[in-house]
Amino acid sequence: MSNNTIQGELLAEPAARAPTRGDRSSLAAQMLLSLRSVPVFLAFVVLTVVSLLAVFAPFLIRADPIAIDPLQRFAGVSAEHWLGNDAFGRDVYSRLLFGARVSLIVGLGAAAASLVVGLIIGVVAGYIRFADTFIMRVMDGIMAIPSILLAIALVSLTGASLVTVLVAITVPEIPRVVRLVRSIILNVRSEAYVEAAISLGTPTYRLLIRHMVPNTVAPLIVQGTFIFASAILTEATLSFLGAGLPTEIPSWGNMMADGRMYFQLYPSLVLYPGIILAFTLLSVNILGDVLRDVLDPKMAKRT
Amino acid sequence: MFSYVIKRAVATLPVMAMVAVVVFAMLRLTPGDPAAILAGDDASGAQLEAIRRSMGLDQPIMVQLYVWMKQLAQGDLGVSLLSGTPVLEMIGGRIGPTLSLAVLTILLTIVVAIPMGVVAARNPGGLLDRTVMTFSVLGFSIPTFVIGYLLIYAMALKLGWFPVQGYSSVDKGLWPFFQRLVLPTLALSGIYIALVARMTRSSVIDVMGEDFIRTARAKGAKETSVLLRHALRNAAVPIVTVIGIGVASLITGVVVTESVFNLPGLGRLVVEAVLARDYPVIQGLILLFSFTYVLINLAVDILYTVFDPRIRY
Amino acid sequence: MMILSCKSLLRGSRALLCAASVLVPVAASTGAQAETVKAVMMSGLRVMDPVMSTAFLTRDHGYMIYDTLLGVDSEFKVQSQMASWTVSDDKKTYTFTLRDGLKWHDGAPVTSEDCIASIKRWGGVDTTGLALMTMVEDITATDDKTFVIKLTQPTTLLLSGLSKLSSRPAFMMPKRVAETPGSQPITEYVGSGPFRFIEEEFQPGVRVVYEKNGDYVPRDEPPSWTAGGKVVNVDRVEWVTMPDQMTAINALQNDEIDFIQQIPFDLLPLVEAADGIDVKVIDKLGSWTYFRMNHLHPPFDNELVRQAAMAAVGQEDVLRMLVGNPEYFQTCAAVMGCGNPNEDTYGEEWVVSADIERAKELLKEANYDGTPVVLLQPTDIAMLAAQPIVMADAWRKAGFNVDLKTMDWQTVVTQQGNQKSPEEGGWNAFSTYSILATSGDPFGNTTLSTAGRKSWAGWPDVPEIEALRLDYARAANAEEQKAIAAKIQKLAIDKGVVGPLGQFRIPAAYDSEWTGFLEAPVTLFWNIQKAAE
Repeated sequence: MSNNTIQGELLAEPAARAPTRGDRSSLAAQMLLSLRSVPVFLAFVVLTVVSLLAVFAPFLIRADPIAIDPLQRFAGVSAEHWLGNDAFGRDVYSRLLFGARVSLIVGLGAAAASLVVGLIIGVVAGYIRFADTFIMRVMDGIMAIPSILLAIALVSLTGASLVTVLVAITVPEIPRVVRLVRSIILNVRSEAYVEAAISLGTPTYRLLIRHMVPNTVAPLIVQGTFIFASAILTEATLSFLGAGLPTEIPSWGNMMADGRMYFQLYPSLVLYPGIILAFTLLSVNILGDVLRDVLDPKMAKRT
Repeated sequence: MFSYVIKRAVATLPVMAMVAVVVFAMLRLTPGDPAAILAGDDASGAQLEAIRRSMGLDQPIMVQLYVWMKQLAQGDLGVSLLSGTPVLEMIGGRIGPTLSLAVLTILLTIVVAIPMGVVAARNPGGLLDRTVMTFSVLGFSIPTFVIGYLLIYAMALKLGWFPVQGYSSVDKGLWPFFQRLVLPTLALSGIYIALVARMTRSSVIDVMGEDFIRTARAKGAKETSVLLRHALRNAAVPIVTVIGIGVASLITGVVVTESVFNLPGLGRLVVEAVLARDYPVIQGLILLFSFTYVLINLAVDILYTVFDPRIRY
Repeated sequence: MMILSCKSLLRGSRALLCAASVLVPVAASTGAQAETVKAVMMSGLRVMDPVMSTAFLTRDHGYMIYDTLLGVDSEFKVQSQMASWTVSDDKKTYTFTLRDGLKWHDGAPVTSEDCIASIKRWGGVDTTGLALMTMVEDITATDDKTFVIKLTQPTTLLLSGLSKLSSRPAFMMPKRVAETPGSQPITEYVGSGPFRFIEEEFQPGVRVVYEKNGDYVPRDEPPSWTAGGKVVNVDRVEWVTMPDQMTAINALQNDEIDFIQQIPFDLLPLVEAADGIDVKVIDKLGSWTYFRMNHLHPPFDNELVRQAAMAAVGQEDVLRMLVGNPEYFQTCAAVMGCGNPNEDTYGEEWVVSADIERAKELLKEANYDGTPVVLLQPTDIAMLAAQPIVMADAWRKAGFNVDLKTMDWQTVVTQQGNQKSPEEGGWNAFSTYSILATSGDPFGNTTLSTAGRKSWAGWPDVPEIEALRLDYARAANAEEQKAIAAKIQKLAIDKGVVGPLGQFRIPAAYDSEWTGFLEAPVTLFWNIQKAAE
């Protein structure tokens, strides 16, 4: 849901006010250092495991995740079906692994797409004065439409597919990225060294590549982790509301949505994907916090 | 101040108009046919065409837009394509549960989250702080509907403390009203409590390092009084901001919560309307939501001046 | 601004709310605790015009507040309800006489003029009605209580049409309402039925409230389906919507509601185990599920490919997935339903069981080139979600290239009418279900209309069936009709007009303190009463 992004936005904003460009080796060192904290270490382990499961899912599964079996509906845990079967007699274990793939793709896809598009629009808004007002009004307009409604409308009007779901999740995230990038660009623009460069006649593209964009990297990475978590959550919510991915593309979200009707009889159908989802998001959020602390010394002081 | 409010209100008009036009265009340009939904699944093509004509859906989009805008200018949101009920009346009939849920959630969030954040900020890195922080991350990580199901399972089915579902309006008694809103409020507030507690904590920690806190301490003020009277007050701006954004985005959570607990509110109405392609209802609701969003942003900006006298408009 | 201001709210015709009283719902309770049945129906009532819409819930709403001239009993016999009739010797002139005591809910008496207007509106919209109207010479009122229908030729469609059980029944409405064009939904809900619609408490999609119509004079005969006396023993019926089936069952267990119209089969254990809850199949005849193929576009424009598709799917697989419990389903190849008078077994051996080999051979013979089959799957209707998944699985095994498209039911409905090719956003196949009570003859059964693009979604063009349907309408007796029906069965299966997937009966559940739920293909709320303690 968007709340996650709000958190990202709010917490990332101080970074925008005090852009930093720490050197890489010390960043890596700090990251490693933070792994000494037990929760951070666990989060790292969870994410690694989930990613590995997702990547190697085709080799690890024990059944075709979309093969149905009318006689084996709701089958319990067995040697053949490690986590039992769902309402269509499909293997829950295999669906969970493929679900990891799909959920991670949704998270990464939405994060990457919204960052790239947001960066471009944000730079334009922050750098080209006459475009600024117009772009920001449009962004205000998008933000004023509740994101979940935009997503439901998009998906139910154009049909459920991975692409529509991704677009539906990405579009509402863009204005927040645009705001962030724009505020950084405006900030950097007023810095003395940039003004000096401008007066020296440095070409615009060089200004952008050398001074502007690099300053956005750190806050964008932080923002990206929150979008990543938020996208996975939104996909689940969309599935819950009946506007998620088709059932032939197993995701944790639509597994929970498919299983919700049987919650009292077979709670595991909701709980297995629910628990994995919660742990994955928890890990992403914890690592997001760490990244922010490392990348943003001002915030780091507080923790 | 007053002229500022007027100026802001006028500035929202283009945003609202844009939202209206975009939503309108989006609805008309995508597939889906209210006539087919009205007539049911074995209607013939000729019948569908006749229905479309009588609804005015066969007109060019620009004409439809003009007609709608003209209605809107007169304060008329139109009638539902399916039931013929005026959209305003539908919103009126459904706003109660949503408003109650939203207000209770905000109240609970403020009452729980701000003290949590302050307590955590007293000793950053301490056990209490780490507990609060862990909880707050957890709050972002569990989907609202999973929390809802767990609450129903434990509190309604196993313990039998609350009804499973439904809404009872205030005029039928306060107890039934609250009884039915406790679980939805709990399910919905998780994420907001997490958000606000976090923000409170970091703003208070921020402020605690400022000179005037040291001055207050030097003057011998008690720690509690320092925290509450000086730190919290000065940390209020970001907290109000985050609450404001939270309220504005509340509708997302409301859609889910209303479905889980079967509250007949606006969130469910909007999902139903989208699925049924009931254009006037969708348009009316999105206008309402974006208007609320703009209104809340304005309220937050005004609150800034209350908490921080340095800010003037 | 405009949205929240009291003034603009009051400008609305029926506005009851102001910002100050926003927490008070439209509904105010009726004071003294009356006997109320709270029922959870299959979905929320939004469409209010039972002549315009074929939705089952709208039909059930119709039976609450409207009455029909004729009813049909559990023996499929047409009976008098509002009117009795006599027929001339040449079977071309029917005289209807309204019984005494019929009144609209606004107090006005029901007249011949009202009924004529209602028949005309229904006849301009309904499939049976449209067919009937081509044989109607004219309808004239003799006096306030008598009217005459003159036919150009004898037909059974007149009586079966006016007593039509399900979507769309010929409900009687006051003349001013019935004069609404068939393309516009009615906006006034005044009937003469056993319940009154309480408009102030109506919340579309959330709640519908009915009160007993004290002025209603029931017939003396015992109730049987829509015939006989409609005796109301409760003061009030409330339909509440619960989008979540499990929530509804929890609410029933917690005594918050009294009746659930449809219990999802998989959740039956929850209600069967509970004390004080009765589970009962109200529509004993049940429903049949089937799939339709789009005859306009490849690959299903080829008869052999259609046959392959029908051979590949096993009814048992579909029914196990959809229903699970064999107590509630049966396989059946009859396009007019097993248990109906026109039941026929032609095609059983390859339509009922999954015959992947035969399907493969047929595909080979047809030179199927791997053209994708776009199969629509609605996710939000429990009774429709399983079929496409089983079909896709079976078809893939047979060698079809299946593109399963997930969408909400309403989108499927709007898609159905789309005659464009799948590449242009059209479709190749979808599945749905109908109640058997209305599928027993080739007119009530929408799938058997085979006039190409003019007929129902799928648009099969089989002139032989069209001719047989006309013969059926003119047939003198049931034997003759059955013989014609058998020919239709053979054509419908061989030409792949419809792919039967089997039959099932959906159970309802209710608090055992209630009795008297009438067994009928539609859900009726008369005759229900509190059980004697």
